[in-house]
Amino acid sequence: MAGTAMLDTMPADDASAGGFGVYVHWPFCRAKCPYCDFNSHVRQSPPDQARFVAAFRREITHTRALTGPRTAGSVFFGGGTPSLMAPETVAAILDAIREAWPLAADAEITLEANPTSVEAERFRGYRAAGVNRVSLGVQALDDAQLKALGRMHSVDEALKAVALARSVFDRVSFDLIYARPGQNPQDWARELSRAIDQGCEHLSLYQLTIEAGTAFEKLYSAGKLIIPDDDHARALWDVTQEVTAACGLPAYEISNHARPGAEARHNLVYWRYGLYAGIGPGAHGRVGTSGERRATVTERNPEAWLAKVEADGHGILSEEVLSRPDQADEMLLMGLRLTEGVDLARHARLGGAPIAPARIAALADEGLVALEGQRLRVLPAGFPVLNAVIAALAA
Amino acid sequence: MTATAQKNIRNFSIVAHIDHGKSTLADRLIQLTGGLSEREMSEQVLDNMDIERERGITIKAQTVRLSYKALDGETYTLNLIDTPGHVDFAYEVSRSLAAVEGSLLVVDASQGVEAQTLANVYQAIDNNHDIVPVLNKIDLPAAEPEKVKAQIEDVIGLDASNAIGISAKTGLNIDQVLEAIVTRLPAPMGDRDAPLKALLVDSWYDTYLGVVVLVRIIDGVLKKNMRIKMMGSGAVYDVDRVGVFTPKLVVMDHLGPGEIGFLTGSIKEVADTRVGDTITEEKKPTAEALPGFKPAQPVVFCGLFPVDAADFEDLRAAMGKLRLNDASFSFEMETSAALGFGFRCGFLGLLHLEIIQERLEREFNLDLIATAPSVIYQMEMIDGSTIDMHNPADMPDVVKIKEIREPWIRATIMTPDDYLGSVLKLCQDRRGNQIELTYVGARAMVTYDLPLNEVVFDFYDRLKSISKGYASFDYNITDYREGDLVKMSILVNGEPVDALSMLVHRTRAEHRGRAMCEKLKELIPQHLFNIPIQAALGAKVIARETIKALRKDVTAKCYGGDVSRKRKLLDKQKEGKKKMRQFGKVEIPQEAFIAALKMDD
Repeated sequence: MAGTAMLDTMPADDASAGGFGVYVHWPFCRAKCPYCDFNSHVRQSPPDQARFVAAFRREITHTRALTGPRTAGSVFFGGGTPSLMAPETVAAILDAIREAWPLAADAEITLEANPTSVEAERFRGYRAAGVNRVSLGVQALDDAQLKALGRMHSVDEALKAVALARSVFDRVSFDLIYARPGQNPQDWARELSRAIDQGCEHLSLYQLTIEAGTAFEKLYSAGKLIIPDDDHARALWDVTQEVTAACGLPAYEISNHARPGAEARHNLVYWRYGLYAGIGPGAHGRVGTSGERRATVTERNPEAWLAKVEADGHGILSEEVLSRPDQADEMLLMGLRLTEGVDLARHARLGGAPIAPARIAALADEGLVALEGQRLRVLPAGFPVLNAVIAALAA
Repeated sequence: MTATAQKNIRNFSIVAHIDHGKSTLADRLIQLTGGLSEREMSEQVLDNMDIERERGITIKAQTVRLSYKALDGETYTLNLIDTPGHVDFAYEVSRSLAAVEGSLLVVDASQGVEAQTLANVYQAIDNNHDIVPVLNKIDLPAAEPEKVKAQIEDVIGLDASNAIGISAKTGLNIDQVLEAIVTRLPAPMGDRDAPLKALLVDSWYDTYLGVVVLVRIIDGVLKKNMRIKMMGSGAVYDVDRVGVFTPKLVVMDHLGPGEIGFLTGSIKEVADTRVGDTITEEKKPTAEALPGFKPAQPVVFCGLFPVDAADFEDLRAAMGKLRLNDASFSFEMETSAALGFGFRCGFLGLLHLEIIQERLEREFNLDLIATAPSVIYQMEMIDGSTIDMHNPADMPDVVKIKEIREPWIRATIMTPDDYLGSVLKLCQDRRGNQIELTYVGARAMVTYDLPLNEVVFDFYDRLKSISKGYASFDYNITDYREGDLVKMSILVNGEPVDALSMLVHRTRAEHRGRAMCEKLKELIPQHLFNIPIQAALGAKVIARETIKALRKDVTAKCYGGDVSRKRKLLDKQKEGKKKMRQFGKVEIPQEAFIAALKMDD
């Protein structure tokens, strides 16, 4: 039975590696941020949340058939702006999830929220619905910078929201964007220290990237937006690592920092190449039963997704069985983002072509990676050039 | 179709600069004499190959036999040989011109005499042609026929008072051209009863007919089933067919003196037929061969390599097929550490090189890398031997060389006065010696002696660019002269890149070296370590640049578990990697080679 069919299937022992989580996408925002290329939509009139809940419920039921029975270790409400959802909406979706997949006793249930005063008022409601972790899109601790980033909150408002969140939820994280136009390392170090002083156990620190189709891209190509060059961005990166490590929040992933034990469990599912259900408009999933790993993608447009779910019971546009070499590539791409690195034995089991020892050795000579037994890790010098390191290993 | 009385034959060619309307005029002549029906006329009938039509140039000589009823009531046979207009094919042009008695000199009435016009018309004069000047495009608002007539008289020294003003495009006055061919050009001479003497004008390979040989009968008669002998090569063949092109192929019983037509026979390869050779009858040979025969010699060389190493055998097959039709192009296998397996190819000139490369890419769907063009250097060795070298990779140890000689050309450049300064500077920069500088109205004509190796290296592109396309250029190879030439190597991260090494004049080495290093710095992507790029003469580094190690790239946020997007990026990188060549630790993209070799300075 093994033979050729094996080539397109997932090794049985990989189904539990990396864990299982559920991602829910809420695709609406009050305004589109100029740097953001995520699947977000601005609507004149608020969406009919009850209708969406019904659709989420149907899609969850459909997706359950694709994953088989599993216990979910995490749920993540991403967006868009999930904090525009009514707490009842969140509660109803969580109920539907629990019906499909039992939640682990210590399941992490995260909701992304904007730190405006309006949204902060709903925090207690989310807590009551079962949310135990929030990730706040603070982005900057400078009012002029917040305005430039198109954010609708002030620093003061954001810090109040962080404090409130800390009192309401077990765990709180927030995002900052660095390598912003004109940002210098000294200012960033100060801003970062202030962020750490808020007492959160987790921070996501993203370098500003210019993404296709965004307002920033238009400005950038017109020469009206100047972002730091590579040397400058490197200096900012170095400061980021120094300050966070000194304060006990070292990087555990290329852009994510946590006190040991406070890592985002849901995101670890992606990075450890586990399985995840992707629910809602424009959501991605990695699902599988009977040894296959499939990639699912749903309709991005919220109204079209709604119509499709109401007609077909799900919004999935493509469901691709991943070949084993593709699975191996995905595992490597995600796993090398983590400081813990990847297990090359698992890479080989998934069907990846062996990485030439000479390639690893060349990178090790430059101090960019380390190989200990079967575990391949990117070293601190390698992370700022991770794309190039991965290409040098796997392309 | 029957044979024409000798007095009613007129053989002619059309001499013109590129774009001055030669092919369009030929089309009109064919149309007006009814050589093809309306339906069969496609634009520029004589330029058969796509590439000829697109570039507006003629690569192979073509012939067409027209039947024309003149005003005197007699019917004449007019044989037109359409010649290649470009300097690379100068020898083919000279043989085509030797096969006819007269020429139409076509000059664009809005542009005037150009460098190529001159080169070709002097050849026609050398071949004792009677010449009818024709001013084309007189319908254009910019046309200045009187000025151009004066120019023809001043520059070429031809009487232009009875030049015919035409528009080949609209058909205006084409009838006058036909009448002038009959009244102003002579009938061919030649003795019907003498032994066969025919000039081999051109030959090509046809899938159905095999090798087709284009001939001009000087004396005697060429018949089907005759056994003929090529006097240059000594080879003997049986003739299967003789005939003419109207331009449709028409088989005839025989061809008599003054006629131009074709033969096919037991000839296996185009390479067996040499343009300019004399054809005679084996059992009754003519006493003396025609003068002026010389085999075609490649003068420009370069390596051609497949971008995808797997295409090597396809490239070999494609070259073999092209050579069936073009014996002047040569190739032999070459191995390069940089580019893998490929071929060292010889060409008649730069245009010939470009045409072959383009045909390989287009007709055979191959992606190619061409190395820097090189010329043939003569090395006189200490031990008394001489070596012809056309690949810098074959450079012998310098201590064994007594002297290196390089080919020189005499170039004629015509340019509007405005660009003269830049043109002179370009020629000086390329080690040129000015021979002459004269004016024709607002146009300057400069004659320079230049080393060919400076010309094969983007000279023509530069000339066109500094003159906004107005300067025209023609050359012929004159002699070999001693030169202080050195081999410049390019090292990337300490590894020599053979495909980029070149022979340069010592005075130009540093400039070239610096330009090459700067260019490569732009073209080679950053790596995870510093990469020195050096230009060196032997062990001496004359230029150096460093590509700094990559300091930062951005691993963007992975939105909602969208790993597919990342994987597709990796797949793209894998594809990209296939187009890279590995040099030690450094990966150099194919485009870097192509762009570096196209370098301008």
